[in-house]
Amino acid sequence: MDAFTTHTGVGVPLRRSNVDTDQIIPAEYLKRVTRTGFEDGLFAAWRKDESFVLNSPVYAGGSVLVAGPDFGTGSSREHAVWALMNWGFRVVISSRFADIFRGNSGKQGLLTAIVSQDDVELIWKYLENNPGAEITVDLVSRTVHAGEIVAPFEIDDYTRWRLLEGLDDIGLTLRHEDEVTKFEASRPAHKPVTTLA
Amino acid sequence: MAGTLAEKVWDAHVVRRAEGEPDLLYIDLHLLHEVTSPQAFDGLRLAGRPVRRPDLTLATEDHNVPTTPGPITDPVSKVQVETLRRNCEEFGVRLYPMGDADQGIVHVVGPQLGLTQPGMTVVCGDSHTSTHGAFGALAFGIGTSEVEHVLATQTLPLKPFRTLAVNVRGALPDGVTAKDVVLAVIAKIGTGGGQGYVIEYRGEAIEALSMEARMTVCNMSIEAGARAGMIAPDQTTFDYLQGRPHAPTGADWDAAVADWTALRSDDDAVFDAEVDLDATELTPFVTWGTNPGQGLPLSDSVPDPESFADESDRVAAANALAYMGLEAGTPLRDIKVDTVFVGSCTNGRIEDLRAAAAVVKGHQVADGVRMLVVPGSAKVRLQAEAEGLDAVFTEAGAEWRLPGCSMCLGMNPDTLSPGERSASTSNRNFEGRQGKGGRTHLVSPLVAAATAIRGTLSSPSDLDTPAGELASATAAASATTATTGEA
Repeated sequence: MDAFTTHTGVGVPLRRSNVDTDQIIPAEYLKRVTRTGFEDGLFAAWRKDESFVLNSPVYAGGSVLVAGPDFGTGSSREHAVWALMNWGFRVVISSRFADIFRGNSGKQGLLTAIVSQDDVELIWKYLENNPGAEITVDLVSRTVHAGEIVAPFEIDDYTRWRLLEGLDDIGLTLRHEDEVTKFEASRPAHKPVTTLA
Repeated sequence: MAGTLAEKVWDAHVVRRAEGEPDLLYIDLHLLHEVTSPQAFDGLRLAGRPVRRPDLTLATEDHNVPTTPGPITDPVSKVQVETLRRNCEEFGVRLYPMGDADQGIVHVVGPQLGLTQPGMTVVCGDSHTSTHGAFGALAFGIGTSEVEHVLATQTLPLKPFRTLAVNVRGALPDGVTAKDVVLAVIAKIGTGGGQGYVIEYRGEAIEALSMEARMTVCNMSIEAGARAGMIAPDQTTFDYLQGRPHAPTGADWDAAVADWTALRSDDDAVFDAEVDLDATELTPFVTWGTNPGQGLPLSDSVPDPESFADESDRVAAANALAYMGLEAGTPLRDIKVDTVFVGSCTNGRIEDLRAAAAVVKGHQVADGVRMLVVPGSAKVRLQAEAEGLDAVFTEAGAEWRLPGCSMCLGMNPDTLSPGERSASTSNRNFEGRQGKGGRTHLVSPLVAAATAIRGTLSSPSDLDTPAGELASATAAASATTATTGEA
């Protein structure tokens, strides 16, 4: 995973709440066995509508998505994160994220910045008045900068640290493998195994 | 210190706890399917890592499988399923492939094998893993990176969830099922209401539910935003488990039951939040919109978006009505459907099929309506056929299919066409979920069956069903399956 400290890129206003992962990437696009190429399915249904924000050339190179509350609800598909990242997004801003989506994002290096809905409204207005404007998201100071707007964002300390360092979770856990082995020795004998005797 | 059920299970699985770090949690059972695992196995291969505990890992093919006889025809689906087979072979993971007697939807297979047991931690790269919480297990969906993490380490680094008690007080009226309960809970707390929480369902109405019905309730916890749903194990749970292939036996069984009996929230345990629901006021519930929180009693009408106080709810309702092709004020009972789907990890168990069959029996599916009945697993299908349910469905004009996820998400050929409307016993009414442009109303198996016969959203009470048969449908919907039943 690449380390993330600060990112500046075109902000894309998505005035939708409850953007579920079936909207981010419909099931028909989930059949690939790779982690790449999912950008073709990103918001596939909405992109058929000419007026959809990502169809505007102004936002073609967008990398900071600014969405309504409850972003990423529904299915656990990590393909939603891959699709956003394959398209070029590095940050999603929302006042509330679904838990699994937020966890998946943290593993892949997509920053989910929790900004108050009042600030989201201000950023939406700024972007709509200045289409194609760039936004800076600073993970060190936990702030979003859009024109004159400086909005603080929340992210848990551990995820922030991992993103800043670009650390691989599995590698971190394997440092404690002896503790896992010790725990395994203490598991009750009646716990099932998937292999039948 | 007093603790909740969720906290007790969590604490019993902490491998490592350190200041400033998430807890490292041990995983007792890791379930896999073809959609969310290929990239995880790829990651292992790239890093040269083995699967740490293949004996705590189990795979099944469910999302892509066709429900009509014959091989997978979609070449991309085929590659995904073949990739799972190759990965399981290479890494030594047990797989139940298409056609196997134990194949089925991952969340139907685990419980039916007796692999899902109280007090366990269960994960799967699938958000409906919350289903397994019905046994008093802490079970939740994970992403593919986490799948790789569990494959490599049998653990997950996690921050503790908060706890939410949902108290369903009183007894459910006849004809009101687990699906109606959970749809009413989601409508009450919203699709984000459970965020960050593990829900524990409690109260008289929950205690009276069979294991199948409890699984339906816990299954849809994720639709309220919660990671997991749990129900304290009791005699109903033990009776369901005893004698199943992977359930403990002999002295192990006694030790297990002793452990399981202690798995309940202490009387003085404090939940981070509590919600109360009066079971006696519940009626059959259906969704009208494009998220599972947009639901109402069947006796109600399509709401006016202007009636919502919150602006984002107003916009969401207006968008939903436009997508669903509905007008405010239309009685829900007047909504005509094209397709009825009975199945999925929410309502594809034997009891669900019994309930639907009891309503359908002696009737015909309405003209112009297609009804698909898709058992949740091969074992459920066999059990249903042994009981003659398949004949009830086919004689009524319904299609009796092979097991899989099917039209819940249309990764196989079972999809809605643009503009087509369904009454579906599945879990998500998102835009395009069941096929591009498809319109979904989430319902219980009883409502699905009655809707198939009348062609409009209906409950069994709308049918000219002899009272005796209706009573048996209701009984089937709430009965406890025989303890030795394979399904």
